Amino acid sequence: MNAVTPALPAPIGLLAELTHRCPLRCPYCSNPLELDRRSAELDTATWQRVLTEAAGLGVLHVHLSGGEPTARQDIVAITRTCAELGLYSNLITSGVAGALDKLDALSDAGLDHVQLSVQAVEAANAERIGGLRNAQPQKFAFAERVTALGLPLTLNAVIHRGNIAEVPALIDLALRLGAKRLEVAHTQYYGWAYVNRAALMPAKADVDRSIRTVEEARERLKGQLVIDLVVPDYYAKYPKACAGGWGRRLMNVTPTGKVLPCHAAETIPGLEFWHVQDRSLGEIWAESPAFRAYRGTDWMQEPCRSCDRREKDWGGCRCQALALAGDAAATDPACSLSPLHGKVQALAIAESALETAPDYQYRTIGGAPRAAMPEGAPV
Amino acid sequence: MSLTADSVPRLPRGVRLRHDTVRNAHVLLAPERTFDLDQNAVAVLSLVDGSRSIRAIAETLAQQYAVDLGVIEPDVIAMLDGLLLKRVLETVPAA
Repeated sequence: MNAVTPALPAPIGLLAELTHRCPLRCPYCSNPLELDRRSAELDTATWQRVLTEAAGLGVLHVHLSGGEPTARQDIVAITRTCAELGLYSNLITSGVAGALDKLDALSDAGLDHVQLSVQAVEAANAERIGGLRNAQPQKFAFAERVTALGLPLTLNAVIHRGNIAEVPALIDLALRLGAKRLEVAHTQYYGWAYVNRAALMPAKADVDRSIRTVEEARERLKGQLVIDLVVPDYYAKYPKACAGGWGRRLMNVTPTGKVLPCHAAETIPGLEFWHVQDRSLGEIWAESPAFRAYRGTDWMQEPCRSCDRREKDWGGCRCQALALAGDAAATDPACSLSPLHGKVQALAIAESALETAPDYQYRTIGGAPRAAMPEGAPV
Repeated sequence: MSLTADSVPRLPRGVRLRHDTVRNAHVLLAPERTFDLDQNAVAVLSLVDGSRSIRAIAETLAQQYAVDLGVIEPDVIAMLDGLLLKRVLETVPAA
């Protein structure tokens, strides 16, 4: 394996997308529109080799994700490997179907933390959003078992037009379920969420109210509940440092072994991704064309190139730049310094003002929508 | 909610002190975050075991570094209070 050069930062986190299979069908799923099938998934031994290489490279946190990671028969073995390697394991789960049946074994295998998704507080609304009936009681039973086992619990709620009024209730729910952390994560409009943007976009006034609610609750619940807030890009002033900067902190391994700088990177045409079946993770991190494409600041255009925030937000999100500006090397239009920012805000305002939100296009394997967006919609 | 000299701190499940051999530094691993630790923090956290009180920890450090207990104890409390607020430290309930 090539040694990592001193200038190259060591990766700190690995997002292991073990499978794209999931009982839920959330319309904002971060998985790609073309979902991988079970028959193409990596086997146990390959995942264990990837984890071993990740630990050697400096990865500290492994996020066992999907799809629904407990849909894998070998999830306990994979978790045990993390523990043996000293990797911090985080199970990102829907908590439904077979998740509860595997939870005790996962805890015994040394699982460190559970992040449970909730779609809303009110059951009918939650199950409409997730597209699965009877999901809510399963999630609550799962949460109860997590805390009974002494595992730390984080609730994650993706926020959009359909549940933004429930933010105060989500905070109460997190307390009731014994969570130590709550992620109030406004939808990021990539993948399925981009397709469903007009159905998901909340109004600015509701966004502002949700942010005030979180800030007030943080103060009130100090030492009791930690609340992380992901603010919505389209209404933001500055973009997010996507994945902490391209190829700087994180890597993502897909169910079929493709290694990505971020989970949406495949939407950028022309990028060459390498596979864990062909090369070591260290070689991929250091040398793969996809990781090198937007690492650092050399690729930047104006206004990023001369901006004093360029090593703070690293130009924002490349996938969003492509989707909204048509150029993956452009400034993320979420940034107020982008010439397109005004158009993006106007788009969000117009979509959120639709009297009736369009129906969701639910996530399905083999059901990728033909057009990524309604005609004429993108800026 | 804050700590006193009698509190007995411990790291809850899901929070681990680890030496990162690649970066040659100690880190505190916690849900969705990593805390970089300076030498002082490592010295304190190495003594957090769920049985020593903060007073006992401060006394050990005072001896180790030849400083007054009255100087070091408030620092230890302040540092651990910060971790308590972030929910990456807990106290052993009094028996």
